[in-house]
Amino acid sequence: MAATPVKFYQVGSFAVGNRLLESGQLSVQSDPGRTNALTSGHRACQGCGEALGARYALDAAMAVTGGRVITVNATGCLEVFSTPYPETSWRVPWLHSLFGNAPAVATGVQAALRAKGSDVRVVAQGGDGGTVDIGFACLSGMFERNDDVLYICYDNGGYMNTGVQRSGATPPAARTSTTQAVGEHPGNVFGQGKDAPRIAMAHEIPYVATATVADLADFEAKVAKAMTFRGARYLHVMVPCPLGWGSASSHTVRIARLAAESGLFPVFEAEHGEVTHVRRIRRQVPVEEYLRLQRRYAHLFSPVRDDVTIARLQAAADRNIARYGLLEDTAVAELSYGEPVVTGAAPTLDFPVPARDHHVPSTSAGPGLDLHERPDPLIGRPPLPGPTPGDQETI
Amino acid sequence: MLSQIEGSKAVAKTVAACRPEVICAYPISPQTHIVEELSRIVKNGELTGCEYVNVESEFAAMSVAIGASATGARAYTATASQGLLYMVEAIYNASGMRLPIVMTVANRAIGAPINIWNDHTDTMSQRDSGWIQLYAEDNQEAADLHVQAFRIAEELSVPVMVCMDGFVLTHAVERVDVPEEADVARFLPPFVPRQLLDPDQPITMGAMVGPEAFTEVRYLAHQSQLDAVDVIERVSAEFASVFGRHTGGLVRGYRLEGAGTVVIALGSVLGTLKDAVDAEREQGHAVGVLGITSFRPFPYDAVRAALAGVAQVVMVERAFAVGVGGIVAQDVRTAVEGTGTRVHTVVAGLGGRPITQASLRGVLAEAYAGELGRLTFLDLDRAVVAAELAREHAAEAPRAAARTAVRSPDAADTVPAGGAVPVR
Repeated sequence: MAATPVKFYQVGSFAVGNRLLESGQLSVQSDPGRTNALTSGHRACQGCGEALGARYALDAAMAVTGGRVITVNATGCLEVFSTPYPETSWRVPWLHSLFGNAPAVATGVQAALRAKGSDVRVVAQGGDGGTVDIGFACLSGMFERNDDVLYICYDNGGYMNTGVQRSGATPPAARTSTTQAVGEHPGNVFGQGKDAPRIAMAHEIPYVATATVADLADFEAKVAKAMTFRGARYLHVMVPCPLGWGSASSHTVRIARLAAESGLFPVFEAEHGEVTHVRRIRRQVPVEEYLRLQRRYAHLFSPVRDDVTIARLQAAADRNIARYGLLEDTAVAELSYGEPVVTGAAPTLDFPVPARDHHVPSTSAGPGLDLHERPDPLIGRPPLPGPTPGDQETI
Repeated sequence: MLSQIEGSKAVAKTVAACRPEVICAYPISPQTHIVEELSRIVKNGELTGCEYVNVESEFAAMSVAIGASATGARAYTATASQGLLYMVEAIYNASGMRLPIVMTVANRAIGAPINIWNDHTDTMSQRDSGWIQLYAEDNQEAADLHVQAFRIAEELSVPVMVCMDGFVLTHAVERVDVPEEADVARFLPPFVPRQLLDPDQPITMGAMVGPEAFTEVRYLAHQSQLDAVDVIERVSAEFASVFGRHTGGLVRGYRLEGAGTVVIALGSVLGTLKDAVDAEREQGHAVGVLGITSFRPFPYDAVRAALAGVAQVVMVERAFAVGVGGIVAQDVRTAVEGTGTRVHTVVAGLGGRPITQASLRGVLAEAYAGELGRLTFLDLDRAVVAAELAREHAAEAPRAAARTAVRSPDAADTVPAGGAVPVR
């Protein structure tokens, strides 16, 4: 019988186990007394990044406000999977109205609380479609009035609830059901899409931040910090979607981490329109590390490798790295929430380049460190749609 | 307090006397004077404990009202026309969640062609939205209906639209006894929500309901409207006992005694109609007026009772269903089903066209003579319509020829001379 390696420390990340931290540095999620704002029994897909994000965010908001929070939710996956009447997974007061009006509904809740002299705080949340597309006018109005609302966008880059259609947050080259991997330029086109955090910053609201579900301490700290401000606040969270991205459900956190470590998703904070902190890349990875774990980018690697498009995506990551100083020591102060800070130049580690297209998913530190054998997400699936001219769709 | 006051200001002062806690507004003619006055009242401290929110659209206005109402605040907004349509998704949401929001609609036409003047096309488009709709005959009733609307809405947990004719009422300066806050307080108790968002007792509002319960939820909304028929009548009576005025209610008849012909209408045209009927009565014609205040719920029993023994109804409507005809007339026909009462629809006053006594009396003359058709467009300029139809017909000819030319190469697609259509 093969011996199972026992590992006491997480390898391949800079995170430290909770038991090694001071009590003040412990995460809300490690606290048995946490709210469990989104509790068990909901119907999210396995590995859903949005469910993870909503749980982290609202538990953190509840912890920092002493449980004095009302939440407003846009239509979308999070709303649908959490409240099939007569059941609900919410342990916080929760209101869903429509797809495009969550920021305005939150304004109404807040106005009512202010009129009544209440100390209760308001957190609104929605997916990227509900936020950057159909809800954008209401979001901008809420920002412009500086209403005392924390709005959290869970960005999985598409309309996943309706079957993975393109949104204004879908990244270039990504395959969705309305930007299919066919034609001369498969997937979503370059040169489109909204940078919602930067647009939020343009409103000069008190606080704007980005985060991922890969970095719990950073994410929780940003929610807690957001609640120290009064006025409009915006948190944009990268939440991988195994269904829409064609990734292994066990890779949600890993992919979110690679999004940040590649530079494709810059993690930063801004106050009153100015960037104040960035989450420096500890160990830069080529975008290919991130792309390869997702079938929505499979057309970049099969049947032939699309070096041009991969290079364009790398250029986008490099632009973020330059714009936010993600690899620099002194550009702006580095966040130091919850985990020890490595100073000096970012350490470089070698990453094995995947040897084949249908590779076994690797950890960011290499496949040998994987504790669990993962099924190849491509095995047993229909062949990838390729840009083969003359193919006939059969119905 | 009796004052000579613009309708919009009377409504604004009355709404303020009802002590709303959240007012949200986006400007649209002819609603603007209402929200401007409320803005002043809140900003200078005449109304305390109220948040006035300037929003970015009507969609946001109704959404803010939804959030406020769900948090237990008395919420108010006002709109008109395109603004009403822009918030439609939220209108259905508010009634679906049984949130007792009160909204003034300063009735105005819907474009295209764009038109800022009065008719009822806007609110008629929302007849099935689950909101109660009350129509004001004059500015006194417009003011009073708002006090009653908050009572009705909060008692039933159903939102209420108070519909007042744009410009005709909103911008008319009339004598109005504006309800005082002290009197309103005796009539309108503080808002006690049926359910609300509260961290101490967390609830989920707006859950997804599937086929197993959706019909029941919708039926309960229907039941609440049926219940509203009695509530509207009772609230009107209670209002009269406090304020000494009979306004609101379901329907109000005028000179119905012995009437063989009754003109029915909603809103400000009732004043003109009453003058016309007075003149007709002087001429010896047995004609009366029935004003419908509550269009939703539709008071079938009250309308049927008021029309007992009436030979014919002339339904004057400031909106119509394109390609069909009267909208309110459909409900009136249902109300008088089996009684033999004939119902004629007269579409009048579209886009602000004046409804004159002379034209109305002309229609009545046709009705007495048995010459009034099922559907009439009052003062329609038939020469203009005929000229445009002729011009369109001429312009259509070359396009029709082009379509024929496209079809003709394929003989199988053409209809054989005998007229039989080939089966495919």
